[in-house]
Amino acid sequence: MRRTLRTCRTYLALISAVAVLVACGSSTKTATPGTKGLAPPKISAATSVGSGEGALNIVVWAGYAESGANDPKVDWVHPFQTQTGCKVNAKIGNTSDEMVQLMKSGQYDGVSASGDATLRLIYGGDVAPVNTSLVANYASVSSFLKNGNWNSVGGQMYGIPHGWGANLLMWNPSKVTGAQDSWAAVFSDADKYKGKVTAYDSPIYIADAALYLMATQPSLGIKDPYALTSAQLDAAVSLLKQQKADIGEYWADYTKAVQAFESGTSVVGTTWQVIANTINADGKTKVKTVLPKEGATGWSDTWMISSKAKHPNCMYQWMNYIVSPEVNAQVAEYFGEAPAQTAACQHTSDKSFCDTYHALDAAYAAKIHYWTTPQKQCVDNSGKDDCTDYAQWVDKWQQIKS
Amino acid sequence: MGGQVATDQELTLVPSVVPAPHDRRGAVSAFFSAKRKTRLAMLLGAPMLWLVLAYLGSIAVLLLSALWSTDFFTGNITHTYRLDNLREVYTQSLYRTVTLRTITVALVVTLLDVLLAFPMAFYLSKVAGPRLRKVLLVAVLTPLWASYLVKAYAWRSLLAPNGPVSWLTGGHTPGYGLTATVITLAYLWLPYMVIPVFAGFERVPRSLFEASADLGAGAGRTVRSVLLPMVFPAVAAGSIFTFSLTLGDYIAVGIVGGKTQLLANVIYGQLVTANNQPLAAALATVPLIAIVLYLLLMRRTGALDNI
Repeated sequence: MRRTLRTCRTYLALISAVAVLVACGSSTKTATPGTKGLAPPKISAATSVGSGEGALNIVVWAGYAESGANDPKVDWVHPFQTQTGCKVNAKIGNTSDEMVQLMKSGQYDGVSASGDATLRLIYGGDVAPVNTSLVANYASVSSFLKNGNWNSVGGQMYGIPHGWGANLLMWNPSKVTGAQDSWAAVFSDADKYKGKVTAYDSPIYIADAALYLMATQPSLGIKDPYALTSAQLDAAVSLLKQQKADIGEYWADYTKAVQAFESGTSVVGTTWQVIANTINADGKTKVKTVLPKEGATGWSDTWMISSKAKHPNCMYQWMNYIVSPEVNAQVAEYFGEAPAQTAACQHTSDKSFCDTYHALDAAYAAKIHYWTTPQKQCVDNSGKDDCTDYAQWVDKWQQIKS
Repeated sequence: MGGQVATDQELTLVPSVVPAPHDRRGAVSAFFSAKRKTRLAMLLGAPMLWLVLAYLGSIAVLLLSALWSTDFFTGNITHTYRLDNLREVYTQSLYRTVTLRTITVALVVTLLDVLLAFPMAFYLSKVAGPRLRKVLLVAVLTPLWASYLVKAYAWRSLLAPNGPVSWLTGGHTPGYGLTATVITLAYLWLPYMVIPVFAGFERVPRSLFEASADLGAGAGRTVRSVLLPMVFPAVAAGSIFTFSLTLGDYIAVGIVGGKTQLLANVIYGQLVTANNQPLAAALATVPLIAIVLYLLLMRRTGALDNI
């Protein structure tokens, strides 16, 4: 009996402790600063590149640092190692958020960051400015990728552009009949493939829904899928909640996406070209991809060097190597994206590759809505500041998935 | 039962009571006894250091960091103390839904494991011959040698739309989702339930069954009035493993859970996707409290003496 009483008292103490903690909290939420009036921490760029330190730890998107492990013929890491003596240790990041998190650990020398990670890394002081004169191959990189608002601040480059491309619609033609040309396949028509639809598991996927609404519901007035007012965000969220009923599973890990399509768990959804290539190379299942008529979200990736890099010389050598014409062509063809290096177009095995991906077409590149971190200060250059920020997107994404 | 436990404790206490030596070699024995203390310190020092610094210390840091906040744009942590995170965790309906779902899954997994483990352990302990028992015990433990991931992915293939379960049932596979998660977790944690329950049955003397039968009780009555009360603490001990392991799992859910998420997925999401370590830490207090409450509840059953 006494033991029971004591236990009860312990419960009460615990519960009241929690209640007190919760009740005492103040309700002010930390404000999220925009880029306006904010300067990145002062970090100086390298002035020279010495000989390699013997190792290189990088965070990469799947398919950016192939060492022949997935396909013996696809290997540009080993030639780099023999050339420079830098042993490459590549860690795959599944989402931009994961990449930012990994870079914050300070254990990596560099990262292939997309536009929704770059500014966070720059303003967080996690990456250092890049002295582009130390990267010989930078000169012939497409000019529309230089000094972009996602990879530079005040005319100072914070990385070397790598390549760009669009998030595509992928489907399994044996399960999904007809040629697809619209994102409606995963939104308004998704119930046709109930339980077999897949979507990218990241808050940034909200932009895909916003893009679809931009084309189908002009009355909402969405001009940029990353600059959403609260009302516009809510519309995108309700579309995604509706979509969730038809989702089989979300993917973030690209191997999971490959396996889901091969096993028939998913038959239609958003993808990267590299995933489609992997599935078609395995040959168990055949898939098709398209850039739908509504346009697409996409990425523009930049190699950045950590402000705490332990092997800065190796990282500079890697940045120069990966945008060299031959290697950039190889990566771009393997991943299925437009190479940043203009000279790469002469080195692709498929001579029409650069035309297919519009690699040199600045006007086409402008049509893709590149991943950008949503901020209160609208990212559509309208000068308004009534937009929803990434923290709100994260909250909404959690609600959609709960 | 209580008496039996007491005798066990006395038995284990006996060897440690060493009579003090009363002879001329007092100084030597003093030296040895001092040395014994040193030896004891050396023996217990490392584990104590680990327990206090690495284990309790990290929990303390976790609870402390729940009070910090994150600058969402740069992702850096602001070291000012606020209770916003805890308030958010304990008031938002999103987290309540996920918490309830997680606790339900943990309870269902525990129940399933009890139902599976009880007859298995009974057969192992009371029916199987010595040689068969050894073979079966090895069979129960062998899955623990395989990697967790391999087993979870095996279930992913088993439950796939074109997988064996679908083939056997004529297309009635549960698919990926909550059911698949429960099945997979129940499979993964089953050995942690079988072993304590088996040990519990081992402590029940066979003569009690005979006594029960002599007094006219049937098989059902014997199980209900003799077996269950004696084995219950062991079941409760096993349930501590299955319950707490389920509360912390996010990998199996990610592999076979389809679009569902449990508490640990939300914590992982806050930590990795949202890069909000303070909120993740605040969320981590939920399973921590759930497990503490569960342990307190189980302590009353005597389960803690059975681990």
